[in-house]
Amino acid sequence: MTKIELTVDGAAVSDDVEPRMLLVQYLREKLGKTGTVIGCDTSNCGACTVHLDGTSVKSCNVLAVQANGRTVTTIEGLADTAEGDLHPVQASFRECHGLQCGFCTPGMIMQAVDLLGENPDPTEEEVRLGMEGNLCRCTGYHNIVKSVLHAAEGAKA
Amino acid sequence: MIPVKFDYLAPTSVEEALAALGEHGDEAKILAGGQSLLPVLRMRLNAPEVVIDLGGISSLRGIRDDGDAIVIGAMTTHHDVRDHALVHEHALLLSKAAAEVADAQIRHRGTFGGALAHADPAGDLGAPALALGAQFVIQGPGGSRTVEAADFFVDLFETAIGEDEILTEVRIPKHTGWGAHYEKFVRVAHQWPIVAVAATVKGSIDEARVGLTNMGSTPLRASATEAALAGATATEEGVREAAELAAEGTNPPSDLNGAADYRQHLARVLTARAVLKAAGA
Repeated sequence: MTKIELTVDGAAVSDDVEPRMLLVQYLREKLGKTGTVIGCDTSNCGACTVHLDGTSVKSCNVLAVQANGRTVTTIEGLADTAEGDLHPVQASFRECHGLQCGFCTPGMIMQAVDLLGENPDPTEEEVRLGMEGNLCRCTGYHNIVKSVLHAAEGAKA
Repeated sequence: MIPVKFDYLAPTSVEEALAALGEHGDEAKILAGGQSLLPVLRMRLNAPEVVIDLGGISSLRGIRDDGDAIVIGAMTTHHDVRDHALVHEHALLLSKAAAEVADAQIRHRGTFGGALAHADPAGDLGAPALALGAQFVIQGPGGSRTVEAADFFVDLFETAIGEDEILTEVRIPKHTGWGAHYEKFVRVAHQWPIVAVAATVKGSIDEARVGLTNMGSTPLRASATEAALAGATATEEGVREAAELAAEGTNPPSDLNGAADYRQHLARVLTARAVLKAAGA
């Protein structure tokens, strides 16, 4: 077992974990943060995307021990406002109906937040390229792209 | 799936990492960004007893100017290579290729040195590193040595890095002001290339360097094409003959993405595109 100390969604946590434990397992099984989901388990689909020290990563492709001393933000900690409020990108996904079954949504939103942080005013093509590591098996990409563009518009207003 | 159990070491200096490697030998595996290693461990294609994580060694990260070269620390991420001003100015080809590695999330974690040491012939960074004449700085118990790109890539997933050694940095001779393009042919987004061509040119066209991805068991240099491009005009007509030579001496794989002769056809077509885009035509 290896001791890790990190910040998850604003709270300091510390645990003894097996080195082989994946970050996504740690978040879900140890911390109960099941908002982050496991889609493919092959690092393809991006459903497990979280932010590690402020940039997007696939949490099935990071060991929990690699997050030692670092800061993790999951979909559950994205909205830092009062209870019930949504992050603007979450709100945009709801307004534009940027989902079908919803399984890919947590990862889509986390990647969209990263993308907009780097490029606040993307073209549609830049959104599609920037989201290439996130798969929607319902193939609901049209409204997902619309949601990201809508969020960018909203941030300008 | 989750990996087989292993012991985890997180050294904070290269010396400490080398000592750990010396102690555990071939039972140990080096973890850089982990974007290739962790899938392998999860699928249980490999089960090292010890994993040595280089993530805590800050001296291995960063890009610096070193006179006639830029030096890229092995643990610098693809994302940082893509965006760094020194890379844009002196080795634009690397920025273009780093931008094409996998997807944004993987580029945030995956490292320049890790990808090169992994030496997947379908990896995006080997061909541009080879084309730019990269020099690989490898540290072992006896000190550092430098290996030329042509000698670094030995075979499929095999490099000149010894079992008791670690790749610490890569020197890229400056190609200041050279145009560059990485033309990657894939069937679906964020995949490994079926074939890709890395081209960088001086003027239009005084000199050219062309590297090929996934056209053999290692990255390859299209030497005949390079020779024929010197003094060529940057038009479709002007580069056609040189591009026709791109598959010379290649030995590409045949797999479900394409047969060897199809890959050789792709290499010729993509070389023309890459060279023209690199020349701004």
